[in-house]
Formats: sequence, structure tokens, C-alpha cells
Amino acid sequence: MRPILMKGHERPLTFLKYNREGDLLLSCAKDHTPTVWFADDGQRLGTYRGHNGAVWCCDVSHDSTRLVTGSADQSVKLWDVQTGTQLYSFNFNSPARSVDFSVGDKLVIITTDPFMGNPSTIQVKRIAEDPEDQTSDSVLTIKGPQGRINRAVWGPLNKTIISAGEDSIIRIWDSETGRLLKESDKESGHQKTISSLCMFTDKSHFLTGSADKSAKLWDTRSLTLLKTYQMDRPVNAVAISPLLDHVVIGGGQEAVNVTMTDRRAGKFEAKFYHKILQDEIGGVKGHFGPINALAFNPDGRSFSSGGEDGYVRLHHFDPDYFSIRM
Amino acid sequence: MAAVESGRPQAAKLRWGELEEDDAGDLDFLLPPRVVEGPDENGIKKTTEYRFDEDGNKVKVTTTTRVRKLGKARVSKKAKERRNWAKFGDAVHEDVGSRLTMVSTEEILLERPRAPGTKEEPSVSEGLGPVQPGAVLMVCRTCGKKGDHWTSKCPYKDLAQPPETFVERPSTADAASAAPGGAGRSAYVPPSMRGGGERTGTEMSRRRNDENSVRVTNLSEDTREPDLLELFRTFGPVSRVYVAIDQKTGMSRGFGFVNFVHREDAERAINKLNGYGYDNLILRVEWATPRPN
Repeated sequence: MRPILMKGHERPLTFLKYNREGDLLLSCAKDHTPTVWFADDGQRLGTYRGHNGAVWCCDVSHDSTRLVTGSADQSVKLWDVQTGTQLYSFNFNSPARSVDFSVGDKLVIITTDPFMGNPSTIQVKRIAEDPEDQTSDSVLTIKGPQGRINRAVWGPLNKTIISAGEDSIIRIWDSETGRLLKESDKESGHQKTISSLCMFTDKSHFLTGSADKSAKLWDTRSLTLLKTYQMDRPVNAVAISPLLDHVVIGGGQEAVNVTMTDRRAGKFEAKFYHKILQDEIGGVKGHFGPINALAFNPDGRSFSSGGEDGYVRLHHFDPDYFSIRM
Repeated sequence: MAAVESGRPQAAKLRWGELEEDDAGDLDFLLPPRVVEGPDENGIKKTTEYRFDEDGNKVKVTTTTRVRKLGKARVSKKAKERRNWAKFGDAVHEDVGSRLTMVSTEEILLERPRAPGTKEEPSVSEGLGPVQPGAVLMVCRTCGKKGDHWTSKCPYKDLAQPPETFVERPSTADAASAAPGGAGRSAYVPPSMRGGGERTGTEMSRRRNDENSVRVTNLSEDTREPDLLELFRTFGPVSRVYVAIDQKTGMSRGFGFVNFVHREDAERAINKLNGYGYDNLILRVEWATPRPN
């Protein structure tokens, strides 16, 4: 493959998201400016100016008209995708971390970090059709999980909220009442902070990546641990292929290797594993720093990775990727 | 896309006060017109333009572009409309020559961890797995163990060659580790008399092997023993490969040795591979001293 390198961010990447049709790629980074690119050739379309802090996460609506971004500047902003205008800003008392549109785009989950005595929260806000009518009211607020919540997403049919964070436990909450429904098993679950979470397209299972050098696949309804993928480095980003039985995992650097200089730079790789067999399929090298974000195009024919080096690398798979045999 | 020079827009106004003496006025009519040689069968498009640079010199700018079709995409109607959206935010002032988005010059592959279809061995020694029929038999001259590692990788290579009684062998199944009589710890035991190795037959062949030694120079940085083995084994059975590695960086120091079992194979290898392009460098392959008679 000849990856397309996009250097639009001056600081490390934090999150990547494709829109539903797979023609736009949104990138968030620590440099305050989420950017939108065309997903086929990597040309930049525009940037969303307005945040004052690192942007941790974003989500785009089903019709690709609305963008929501969560930032360390204690705000979550709603944008018009096409023009880059800011439509609304939700303000909080602590940095906002994860955002996720519900199916139908009428609600959004926002998580905030523990800060200055405030515990971490998961909040659900209503998104109005007309930005003029937008208010800051929370439909639901859940307080309490220990430590930072790194990612919170909607469960199937918007009935549940799934959260994962620093305390390495995955929790499923009822989205109407806020009651805790399930917790992941401590023994078989992750042992260190969960850095990332990716839902499969039909939300029947999801993948979490953790600093304990593994990624785990879970069943959504029962929260049973289905598969574990072992890495040799702390995991920062995970993604599930919508097309084939593959998962891709990207991570940081083993502490041991920090002093070994390798002149052949660009050796941080995104590792592909077979989702069901758990075997490693291979790695795609190229980043000059740990990989912080991964996303598959919804058509499964390309994927992109964002690194600590500020680069987004967009890979269109070669034809032989689709005929890989294990 | 390889641009030789990105020129400024054609209609640049020259301020008359800054022109050189004889360059009064817009002399664009003196410039030949732009020539576009359209995409040929490789998709290469050459655009030749002329312009005046800051000193008033006539400059020819040749831009070579390769138009590559990445693949077909089925695009929804909305996506097609989005293609025509105006740029916003920081992208507004982007000119076409901006280097924000570039295609990688390197071809990146999904590197498979091992040959697909094989099962992973629990202990994979560097590059070479368990002995398969027709493969090379690794003999370590230091501890005499077969099939596990080459001499340069011997766990005991730093120690004085371990005499017989001094045995702390790694506990894998050994071939004939016959403990010979005699040789107390203090006495020096010449290599040919030590146990645990093969006897006269291979000693002779081993010595002869050193005369079948081929030196390979101008190796690329990441060449390792398995690469040389693969390259040279087509000429015949190889008894030993060695690549000099810089311990600090882990890179090859650019040279290595290959020992063939048969002299004729070594000769053919030298003839065929000397000057052969391997990993972007031209190899030099010759006899390692002593020279052939």
C-alpha cells in the first residue's frame, strides 16, 4: 500500500472518526483544531476553530451535517460540518473527554473528567433540530465511576450506555434511569486503564484496548469476555473491521525500548489480528511515534491511523488484503 | 507526485522599480507557451512551463506528475456533493501545492509475522526453525550442539571453549554428547578432540568449508543471516552464514560470510551474485581469504 500522509496537526492525534458514508475523515488532536479530510485522497477540507484545549473525541451525525467535539477546555461544541461554524457550546466544570451521538442523533453522551474534587460524570444531552433551540439541559447525569472515564458509547437501540476508563472496569448503565446494570469481571477483564473502545457496526460486540498490553472483545448484551488479543506494548487505540473478521490494535512503546535508537525510523506499527482466531495477521509500520487513534472506513476497504507524531496515515488496502488466509 | 519546482502563479506583477535594467515591462510574450504532455500509459503527465524568476532570468519549470488510480469507490450522491464543498477554517488559503497531504514514497506492506499457514514454534531461533528435509544443519563449533544455533550465536562464545568436564549444557535434546575420557578441566583440549561434536568426517569438511568461504560486502543495514541464507542457498547447501552486526545499533556492518559445503557452488555464487542488486545496494561477492589456487 502507499499510505497517504496527512500532516495537518502540530500535536499528537487523539481520535479519528469516519462519517457514515466513509467519504469524510475527522481527526482530533491536542492542537485544539479538529480537521476534516476527504477520505479517498486525504485532501483537507477544513478545520473547526474555536476550542482552547486539546480535543479528545468527536462524533459526526448520521447525515454528516453535525459534528460534536469534546475538549480539555471544559466544553463540548456542536459544529456545522460543512461550514465550520460553531453552533453551540456546552460548558462544564471539568475537561470533557468522550462524545457519542445516539442512533437518530437526538441525544449525545458526554463524559467529563474528575477535576478539582468533582467526580467523573456521564451526561446525556438532547440535541435540538434547530441550533437556535439548543439548551444545555442534561437528560441524564451519572456520577461516580472511579477515575477518568476514557470512553462512553451508546448500546444497541440507545437502551444502554457502556463506559470504560481508568479503573479498568467496563460498566453498562440503563440510559433512561441511570442504573448500573452490569460490570465487567475483574479477574478476566483488563488489569490497567482502558484507553479505547470501539463498537462493531451492529453493536453486538465491542473491543477495548488497555495499558495492560491487551485488547479484549466483549459481547454487548451479557458483557462476557469473548476474545483477548495480546500485544507487546500498551494499547492506545483499537478498531474493528466492518467488512472482514479483523481487528486492528495500535499502541505505545515498551519502556525497555526507549533507549534503542533505530535509524530506520517509522517503526511503530498498527497490528492486525484475526478477530475470531486471535492470531496476529501482521503489522503496518510507518508511524514515528506511538499510535493514538485508529479507524476503519465503513466500507472496510481502507483504514487510517493517527500517531503521537501528529501524522494521520490513510491506507487503502491492496487487493491481496481481502484474500488473506490464516 | 514529484514536482520539480512549484512556480508562483503566471500573472505575477513585476514592480517596475525592482526590475533589472533591461527588464522593463512584462516580458511574458517572450516566453514559450506551456506544453502539457498528457498522461501516457503509465499515467505520467509532464507540464513544461516557462517563467521569469526574481532576477529576471528565464526559467524552465518541468512538473512531472503521475496520475494513479487508487481504486474505484461507490460514492453516494451526498458524498459527491460534499466533494464540492468550499474549504473553510485553516484550509481556506491552501494552495494546490501545499504539502499537507502527501503519498508515502515508501511502499508499506502488511507484514505477516511468519509464513502464512504454518504454526508458530514456541521457541523460534533467529530466522531458522526446526530442521526440515533439505535445510541447512546448524552446527555450532563452540559447544558442538547441532541444529540450535550458529557459532556466532553460541551462548558460550565468550568463554574459552568449554572443555569436556565443564559441562553446563542447555538442556535440549542433544545428539551424541559422548563424554570422552581424559581431559581434566585444566588441560587444554584441542577442538578436534572434544566430544559432543562430530568427528573426523565433519572436521575435514569443516576445514574445507572455510576454504569455501565467500565474503559478501556492501550489504544493506537491515540484512541479516536469514536473508543471506535465502539468497545463497540456491547455489547449493550452505553450512554457515554470518553477518557482522554492530552491537550498539543492531545494524549490519555491511559485510558477511557464507560458507558453502561444495566449492563449485561457492564459485557459481560468486560469479552470479557479484554485482547483483540486493535491497538497493550492489553486492560485492568474492572469495574470503585464503584465495583459491
